Amino acid sequence: MSRRITVATALRVLLQLRRDPRTLALVFLVPPMLVALFRYVFDGQPATFDRVGGPMVGIFPFTSMFVVTSIAMLRERTTGTLERLMSLPLAKLDLLLGYGLAFAAVAAAQASITAGVAFGLLGLDVRGDVSVVLLLAVGNAVLGMSLGLFVSAFARTEFQAVQFLPAFVFPQLLLCGLLVPRDRMESVLDAVSYALPLTWAYDGLAHAVAGGGGFTIARDALIVVGVTALALALGATTLRRRTP
Amino acid sequence: MAAVEVEHLRVSRGGRLVLPDVSLTVEHGTVTGLLGPSGSGKTTLLRAIVGVQVVEGGRVTVLGAPAGSPPLRARVGYVTQAPSVYVDLTVRENLAYFARVVGAPAERIDRALDVVGLRAFAHRVVRTLSGGELSRCSLATALLGEPELLVLDEPTVGLDPVLRRDLWRTFRALAAGGATLLVSSHVMEEAERCDRLLLLREGAVLADETPASLRARTGCERLDDAFLALVEA
Repeated sequence: MSRRITVATALRVLLQLRRDPRTLALVFLVPPMLVALFRYVFDGQPATFDRVGGPMVGIFPFTSMFVVTSIAMLRERTTGTLERLMSLPLAKLDLLLGYGLAFAAVAAAQASITAGVAFGLLGLDVRGDVSVVLLLAVGNAVLGMSLGLFVSAFARTEFQAVQFLPAFVFPQLLLCGLLVPRDRMESVLDAVSYALPLTWAYDGLAHAVAGGGGFTIARDALIVVGVTALALALGATTLRRRTP
Repeated sequence: MAAVEVEHLRVSRGGRLVLPDVSLTVEHGTVTGLLGPSGSGKTTLLRAIVGVQVVEGGRVTVLGAPAGSPPLRARVGYVTQAPSVYVDLTVRENLAYFARVVGAPAERIDRALDVVGLRAFAHRVVRTLSGGELSRCSLATALLGEPELLVLDEPTVGLDPVLRRDLWRTFRALAAGGATLLVSSHVMEEAERCDRLLLLREGAVLADETPASLRARTGCERLDDAFLALVEA
């Protein structure tokens, strides 16, 4: 692999995003708006807002980057640019890391804006270190990116790729403990939740927001990094030099 | 050793045997035209030579190495029939990215733009280009690495006669500079400009010779007629 190609790829992906200001606006403005909506829906229950709102800041980058990456990679596959790249002296890792770098940067901006609104304007109570929340948010974004990249291989059209959001992400959102604490869920669902990456992403965020739990946060972050590496390795196998 | 050596190549695509048993060679420093009706297997053959096609059997050797092997990725340029560039970037941004990928110096960007006549369009977003401009942009990206072998799949489709003539002059100039070009086309007047012709029909090579010998063999003055005589024989 080559650092020159990795960086060039990251810059190219960012440049493409910049050419699409509407997508950027949606990525940056929808999360803080949803947190605000959440705040007023739970106006009478500030404790619920505090419990769910903080981790939401770090969950949004996961869902955004999942969708953006699965569509972006599907486009590379369908427009022939992936085939061209695969015929050039570019390592698969250059492409994967290039995407990872670009979307990590976007996620850092997205999480910062959302955190600024949630913790600054909406009075969301965070006892832990905000920078840890942001760091976990970026990690979750890269996790979402790597999963999106992998599933993009199973979509032929953008319609299909978009459906992967309800198919892959919604169940994880329901089971990760964000809406209902996992120990209050049906035991089968609780057992399933152990196998889902978002469960660990949420668990780390919940501890980071509540403060303390340094060991748990480190363990959760390690699991997220491990799943990301696994998804990238699986994603790399879907980037073929030769196609039928 | 020839620039391209194909021996008993066998390829199926989508359950159909496209190339049952193809053998041919392409000499260094020549412009070789690959001609044949649509569906004859031209694209599949080119893909196998570039090394992006899964093949069932046979051997393809390019510049002395197995087709698609890593050292060849910097030495072979490939332009697909459908332009494969990023439509949301400008022409120059596309070229700048691919130049970084192949490790070409930035000066080559302007040179490639001049070769395809897109200098004035450098700052246009690719999505806004016409079909001909788009395919020239795709061609320009393949020139950046100054490849020893350039494989072009129908590069002149949708181009007006002036551009077509200019591009063929470019191909001749590249070959004069030592590069080998393999160009597919279904326009027979372009066959005239090639050093050698490969005629493909239903996955079989009907002719592998110079335009002059093809004429002499078929007794047809126009290559169009020579082509028809062979294809319908």
